[in-house]
Amino acid sequence: MSVEAETNSPSHAASHTSSHASSHGGFAERAHVALNDKPLRANFRRAMDGLMVKRAAQFPDAADLQALRSLGAAIKERALARLPNLLEQLEARCAENGIKVHWAETTEEANRIVLGIFQDHGVKTVVKGKSMVSEEMHLNAFLGKHGIEAIESDLGEYIIQLAGEMPSHIVMPCIHKNKGQIGALFAKHIEGQGYTEDVDELTAAARKVLRDRFAQADAGISGVNFAVAETGTLVLVENEGNGRLSTTLPPLHVAVMGIEKLVETLDDIPPLLALLPRSATGQPITTYVNMITSPRRDGEKDGPREVHLVLLDNGRTRVYADLELRETLRCIRCGACMNHCPVYARVGGHTYDAVYPGPIGKILTPQIAGLDVAGDLPHASSLCNACVEVCPVKIPIADILVRLRREAVRPSPSKAGSGAVKGGGGGWTLSEASAWMGWKWLHANPTLYRLGTRVLALAGNLIPASLPPLKAWTTVRAKPKFAAKTLHQLARERGYDDV
Amino acid sequence: MSDARARILSRLRAAPPSPVPDLPEWRAPRFEASARLEKFRAMFESMKAEVHEVEAADWPLRLRTLLANRGVRAVVHGDGSATGGQLATAWAADPEAPRLVPYDRAIEAWKGELVHGIDAGVTFAIGGIAETGTLILWPTVEEPRLMSLLPPIHVALVAEETIHDSFAEVIAEQGWSKRMPTNIVLVSGPSKTADIEQTLAFGVHGPKELIVLVLRRAEAP
Repeated sequence: MSVEAETNSPSHAASHTSSHASSHGGFAERAHVALNDKPLRANFRRAMDGLMVKRAAQFPDAADLQALRSLGAAIKERALARLPNLLEQLEARCAENGIKVHWAETTEEANRIVLGIFQDHGVKTVVKGKSMVSEEMHLNAFLGKHGIEAIESDLGEYIIQLAGEMPSHIVMPCIHKNKGQIGALFAKHIEGQGYTEDVDELTAAARKVLRDRFAQADAGISGVNFAVAETGTLVLVENEGNGRLSTTLPPLHVAVMGIEKLVETLDDIPPLLALLPRSATGQPITTYVNMITSPRRDGEKDGPREVHLVLLDNGRTRVYADLELRETLRCIRCGACMNHCPVYARVGGHTYDAVYPGPIGKILTPQIAGLDVAGDLPHASSLCNACVEVCPVKIPIADILVRLRREAVRPSPSKAGSGAVKGGGGGWTLSEASAWMGWKWLHANPTLYRLGTRVLALAGNLIPASLPPLKAWTTVRAKPKFAAKTLHQLARERGYDDV
Repeated sequence: MSDARARILSRLRAAPPSPVPDLPEWRAPRFEASARLEKFRAMFESMKAEVHEVEAADWPLRLRTLLANRGVRAVVHGDGSATGGQLATAWAADPEAPRLVPYDRAIEAWKGELVHGIDAGVTFAIGGIAETGTLILWPTVEEPRLMSLLPPIHVALVAEETIHDSFAEVIAEQGWSKRMPTNIVLVSGPSKTADIEQTLAFGVHGPKELIVLVLRRAEAP
């Protein structure tokens, strides 16, 4: 996907228009394309199988896992219950420690804040650690338009930046590519680099290019995994060291985070660390856990001289306003839900055409971008519950999927008066509404019900599979067969009397 | 900007309240004293780091041997730290020993050299964690942050008696929440990535090799 196409993705389009972008060329059509892409399916199948096995090996004791999940859920639930106070506490601690805090309601506003900081410092090039919120902001494209080059330094993000694509997984962004595709990309884009499929050589080539970029960068951008309100500490986890470099080597560091990433105390960090890497990649811990509490202090010889923290709302306060939907905000972005999702494993991340793919994306994207834009995503699920079982903070993803399906048709009221979910209610169609009206009428009227079931028992099987409402079902499933006798007839034959 | 802050906070405060649940009981794993170091070692070795136990006084010579076949020409150490002094003393008589470079200036004054010209960095870890095979680095004025990150080889010294069972135990026992420094890093192996086809590759940005020297206390006479 090109940068241009990227700006048309749902979360971006939603901030400008209310077009029904995904009602044509929606998930279903993209899924058909993906399902026929054999290399893509092989890449995902291999990766997902590996990740599931590795996660399972990290949690050998089911009781321990459940206890830890209950704790993880409670930690995030407490933090959400106290969110406004904790945000103020975080801001106060950060200010004491010398970190400047900024607040942004929209991605546009967050982009402007980041740009303003960079312009004040004459920044020309920036190195980036991995950050999903910066993807949500489409920050690279925005900075590029204003003459600031932002280079992704996480190997996977670097690869997709070279390819001009979006991440297809929140933890492993280039999981859709194999080493041959990456070798070709490097040969094309990195000067003096020949084609190779050797993973060590590819990694070394990226190290060489990016090492210079780190040294030259005027600023670093990072995300935040957990922000500790008690101490004003930003906790970042990673394996590569690019996050540490981005937040240590350049003279200026800007961190961006969603307002839901808070925890109350430092003591909350160890259990969450025991959940996040194990759920995400099946590692006991990430190679680095980087805890940043202040910019460089007097006498210290390295570290950025200024640290800024941008807190982004982008629809999260609206999600927060509904107690059931609020549970979405517990997410710690481990990606276990996508690794275990039978739909995601088959269609891959790009099919969702959203920053957050997979099960968490299916509940988050429609709430942020609006059901009118991403209303097909809650339907891209068989409700098998695999995501719910593995979620380290017990987000009831399946319940929220069903809730969002309902909100698309019949919005529940909200204080603001615009429905609980942005863009809700637009999914109402005359045909669906009439079908349910008919169903209700039939089931509430005994004479009609008897007549109707009798007619279907006699003639139902004569209905052609190509009849439009039936066709949607029969193109992917067997045509249902009507029994020759109705339930009432069978019951009577067995001696049950009519009441 | 402050409008955004006020609006975000007021929307959050207008939302219906949810209960603040108590945190369920949870205990991080504990290890017998005899098993602790073994767990620490096993976890590091599973992540492709080397762990060597050494008498506290002998580590500089042991390190000299370990670095001998690695083509190390320049080693950065903390300025004014005991570590640097011990290295200088022990390696003084050895003309073949790598050049010792103290981190004695701000990074801006020697960025190019530290980014490209130093082969190994030696730092002292304030402790270790057995459960996950982790070093706790608490960078200081003497031992700044980049020493453990830029050179291709990171050598970490850790005193055996500072190895704890779990991260939770360290935070609670040492009262971290009252005294957070600029930066703390937990290190659990060399820099690595699996971004290309889930294949592990080391040294993608940080050190390609991690050598952990566990310093044993000299036996009381």
